[in-house]
Amino acid sequence: MMLETAGLEAFYGEQQALFGVGFDLDAGHVRTLLGANGAGKTTVLRALCGMVRTGGDIRFDGKSISGWATEDIVRLGVAHVPEGRGTFVRLTVEENLQLGAMTRRDHAAIATDIEQIYHHFPRLKERRTQQAGLLSGGEQQMLAVGRGLMLRPRLMLLDEPSFGLAPLVVEELFGILREVNRDTGVAMLIVEQNAALALELAEHAYLLETGRIVMDGPSEAIAADETVRRAYLGY
Amino acid sequence: MQLLLQQVMAGLANGAIYALVALAVVMIYQAIDHLNFAQGEMATFSAYVAWQLIAWGTPYWLAFVAVVILSFIGGVAIERILFKPLHNASILANLVAFIALFSILNSGDGYLWDYTIKSFPSPFGTKPLLGSVLIDAHEAGMIGVTAVMVGLIYLFFRGTRLGLAMRAAAANPESARLVGIRVGWMTALGWGIAAAIGGVAGMLIAPVVFLDPNMMFGVLLYGFAGAVLGGLTSPGGAVLGGFAVGIIENLAGTFIPYFGRDLKLTIALLVIVAVLMVRPAGIFGRSVVSRV
Repeated sequence: MMLETAGLEAFYGEQQALFGVGFDLDAGHVRTLLGANGAGKTTVLRALCGMVRTGGDIRFDGKSISGWATEDIVRLGVAHVPEGRGTFVRLTVEENLQLGAMTRRDHAAIATDIEQIYHHFPRLKERRTQQAGLLSGGEQQMLAVGRGLMLRPRLMLLDEPSFGLAPLVVEELFGILREVNRDTGVAMLIVEQNAALALELAEHAYLLETGRIVMDGPSEAIAADETVRRAYLGY
Repeated sequence: MQLLLQQVMAGLANGAIYALVALAVVMIYQAIDHLNFAQGEMATFSAYVAWQLIAWGTPYWLAFVAVVILSFIGGVAIERILFKPLHNASILANLVAFIALFSILNSGDGYLWDYTIKSFPSPFGTKPLLGSVLIDAHEAGMIGVTAVMVGLIYLFFRGTRLGLAMRAAAANPESARLVGIRVGWMTALGWGIAAAIGGVAGMLIAPVVFLDPNMMFGVLLYGFAGAVLGGLTSPGGAVLGGFAVGIIENLAGTFIPYFGRDLKLTIALLVIVAVLMVRPAGIFGRSVVSRV
């Protein structure tokens, strides 16, 4: 198993946000974390990256990475595309992409990968020398995904990739994520409020409520569940 | 007219030093959001080390390079030992650490090399440059060395991956960690580069003001003024601000009656106050808006 957690807890100061969350994700697979606002979805991703104080166990390739520094976890090949996108607003689009590959040493391949990102997102190529802060929301989201891919990650953690985007852009973005997963075999853990979309892309879903996993199963089963349908799919 | 040109050239020469100090201050400010009040004392210490190496018979330029390297290592060490543990501490805690560093270095200079004023050699000499009445060789050398330093630093930050990583770490530490940058070490590197720049400034100004433990006190104030004028968030602006303060200082000292030599330092403070009132972010800086 590539990623496993057992009894995962997370704390913001004294406040506990996760209570014994356990899940796993194998190489090449896509899974999703669903849940309402404040359920702890973002916190799970932050915990995996060592960005909050945690308890319990997190294993990557069978090795415990609990308590590791964020940058060391990233160096294992874990790309986190954060909520709010984490853009380096004063740097150019191309510099943002280069930063994504900061831990890599294969300089020639980095240039080809940037071209590959531009192939996926032609609009980024048009704006390659512009300050990233001047991009539209959708373009910044593409840049954030592109920056994550520049790591050549083995695992991508995507936090609300559809947030604030027009429906057409969302569809385009999820199409590219599917393509990347198929072509490179990168595993993905997606946090989404747009449950319908996430269930389409992921083969397995976890339902999070107030810091606990209350349900999990194959996406079709979750999508068919009466309560999930009412609460998260809205029909 | 000739007096005016002479004063402008002299201002540029002094301004070169202020520019280096301002650049060093901005380098650390970008990384940790604090003004390094000990920047001048670090530079003075570097100049003393250079003086000692030269006194032991080291050729000037060899001593120069050695001091740049030693200053860099010293700067990294200061960050790792003193300021890394204060990473999340309050402004006051940091301020106290800066004052401690100031005192330790200032007293250390006096303890190791005593308080008597020492002359410091210039590699350029003090003859008029090519028979010119406008500028002497050392002044031209100060401007030249500063130009080379600023050029190298620009190339480093614009043209190398490490420079890009340092810019990213300063701009957005959390995102920088998420692309695998070791932000703490980037801060240490910033300290090292700032210390090296300051060391160069110290070695260049020492032949002019003579070496003593307090020689950088006034220079640091002018450097701060330059940094504030250009903008604490803009390295390029800080360099230009340093040069501008050098020229303003010399012209005001010469042409405004009663200012003279003695009140020149007031000008640095006037510049700081004026900029903070009119345009707090500085000419080339940007105001930082943060959500709370």
